[in-house]
Amino acid sequence: MQRSLVLDPKKCTGCMQCEMACSLENEGYVVPARSRIRVFAFHDEGRYAPFTCTQCSEAWCLHACPVEAITIDASTGAKVVHDTVCVGCKVCTIACPFGTINYASNSGKVIKCDLCGGEPACAHACPTGAITYQDADQTGLDRMRRWAGESLSSATAQ
Amino acid sequence: MAWQRKILRVNLTEGTCTPEPLNMEWAAQYLGQRGLATKYFVEEVDATVDPLSPDNKMIMATGPLTGTIASTGGRYSVITKGPLTGAIACSNSGGYFGAEMKFAGWDMIIFEGKADAPVYLYLEDDEAELLSADAIWGKTTWDTEAWIHTQHQDPQIRISSIGPAGENGVTYACIVNDLHRAAGRSGVGTVMGSKNLKAVAIRGTQGVRTVKDPSRFMEATTAAKKVLADNAVTGQGLPTYGTQVLMNVINETGALPTRNHRDVQFEGAGKISGEAMHEPRASDGKPNLVTNAACFACTIACGRVSRLDKNHFTVKNKPEYWGASGGLEYENAWALGAATGTDDLEALTYANFLCNAYGMDPITFGTTLGAAMELKEIGALDGVETGDDLVFGSAQALADLVEKTGKGEGFGVELGLGSKLLCDKYGHPDLSMSVKGQEFPAYDSRGIQGMGLAYATSNRGACHLRGYTVASEVLGIPVKTDPHATEGKAELVKAFQDATAAFDSAGICLFTSFAWTLADVAPQVDAACEGEWSVENLGELGERIWNLEREFNLRAGLTAKDDTLPKRLLTEAAKTGPAKGLVNKLGEMLPEYYQLRGWSEDGVPTDETLKRLGL
Repeated sequence: MQRSLVLDPKKCTGCMQCEMACSLENEGYVVPARSRIRVFAFHDEGRYAPFTCTQCSEAWCLHACPVEAITIDASTGAKVVHDTVCVGCKVCTIACPFGTINYASNSGKVIKCDLCGGEPACAHACPTGAITYQDADQTGLDRMRRWAGESLSSATAQ
Repeated sequence: MAWQRKILRVNLTEGTCTPEPLNMEWAAQYLGQRGLATKYFVEEVDATVDPLSPDNKMIMATGPLTGTIASTGGRYSVITKGPLTGAIACSNSGGYFGAEMKFAGWDMIIFEGKADAPVYLYLEDDEAELLSADAIWGKTTWDTEAWIHTQHQDPQIRISSIGPAGENGVTYACIVNDLHRAAGRSGVGTVMGSKNLKAVAIRGTQGVRTVKDPSRFMEATTAAKKVLADNAVTGQGLPTYGTQVLMNVINETGALPTRNHRDVQFEGAGKISGEAMHEPRASDGKPNLVTNAACFACTIACGRVSRLDKNHFTVKNKPEYWGASGGLEYENAWALGAATGTDDLEALTYANFLCNAYGMDPITFGTTLGAAMELKEIGALDGVETGDDLVFGSAQALADLVEKTGKGEGFGVELGLGSKLLCDKYGHPDLSMSVKGQEFPAYDSRGIQGMGLAYATSNRGACHLRGYTVASEVLGIPVKTDPHATEGKAELVKAFQDATAAFDSAGICLFTSFAWTLADVAPQVDAACEGEWSVENLGELGERIWNLEREFNLRAGLTAKDDTLPKRLLTEAAKTGPAKGLVNKLGEMLPEYYQLRGWSEDGVPTDETLKRLGL
């Protein structure tokens, strides 16, 4: 089964454990500035929201890359950057509509979420369930269940 | 070694920023943050220094677990000599600033001297420079953060700053980071203001790569996170209600100081409680609380984020306060509410927003306002222009005077003195509810006896964060003791004080201690840091720090006579509740405490004690 990262901003507290776990997994030490997942604070609204690559099927980054440094991991569906091929031209960072692939000046390559080969560290680290790794074909299941529950209670009320 | 092994020395007089290696010998003895920065401070600063002179120094310090994956590993502390107390000041804050300092590659920053004109420190990894703060002098901490983000075109910069209160010499100004987290007590922001230092702005991209044993550290931190998640207080109570979970509990205990400690129960407690923050308002149908929020690395997330009712009288024409921001924690709700007899939740929230924006400690502000209300009531302020509303219970007075104090206008200038100087000035020193010049927090020591001893002996003046025996006496953590008994309290206070000093030196939040003991902390520190950090060693570390602070205070001129409580708590019995008829029996606990500490009858550490602790 293919899985997707499911992000629920309502559950996010802004603790940044995901950013630390991501950088630890991918860089070997804690450096949130190089995290592939980022948490944003919308201060005036009192909201936090994690965001990262959604692994588009027809990925802009992959199609834009002039040296074919980005390929698809068949087991996870992740779009993966190959450092040995990447020349750091940054065209992918321009092509991506979501801003989730970024240049890393320390390595001269681009970095993006690769789903950690199928065991995403961010989802594992999240203490509130704001980030989960679920069936890619059923990411709306929780919301469907909630609406189903509401329809049930309104039906019971009648 | 989760230390970065590097400190930055900023000489504001000379305008220089100089890196230095961290003194690893001291790190082995004092760990980090509170302990290590205090060691640097007492070695470098004469204890008799005037806190607001250029000769005083101010240290911003992280701990070894700051910026690591350990839960709550995001803390930093500000260590200096405090203007409110004349004692060692050490104020701790969460948010994101501390971790950013660590990610930029620094364990601590030592500020010395005084700048000719307002400046801010801009620190981007290894690059440090002092820049002009002319454009932001006089601005709130909120506007300061926004200006710096715009100026540097970088929204990811983390900032600690003072507001107008710190510039105007309010004796209890704080240092605010990330808009609504604060190194709050003892006037550390006043010291920062006296140095013409407006803000410290940091962007760190280097990370922390110095954990000693990464796999053991991961195991230890994961296990410790589970302990927090499974605990009723840190897993449920704090995330749901924040520290405000305590308002009704402490009121029922009969230990909620009310109207300048005249009463120990507040009839309006329910209206300003954590539960009330969840209730939809009658006016607009929305609750005061928007969400809970975490500081960096925190898996508890006790922070309150609130939004005011736009039509409330406090903000009717003030859109700058319509957005969500830091809401009421228990201490703030108590000081702005019960201590002033005010039960308007929205007015309290507004006052809290202003304390953050103007940069002042809401505990001392609220309790000073309460003292002023009593002074007014007994006629001690006759002929002083205070405004008509200066009476217990007036939300209008609270709203007006919080702004005037922040801005340094009218009667706000008097309130900026703090309760001790204010009550001295108007001839009623006994009405200042303070120890060593610092006002009490939200627990009345007539109803919780051990807290009386904890307050009287606290090295930074009255404080709940130096020895929180409430945990044992009220909540039963780690074991329940009788809050009205004095027996065994000396030992309890000492144990809490020592353990707290260890928590405060590691880079983690003291609130973890609702669930963690040193047995949970030790494996995390030991896996991260060189040296052997057992439970015993951490306990001794705490005791060493406590005595180091005590020695500094003695050299600064404080004596055993300062280890006392205001007359009211020692002679006027609680009028209602479970503690009715009780005063605090400090005299029954203090001699035993000195003895357990290995101090003389005059409260001076003996040579033997100092030697045992390596001091």
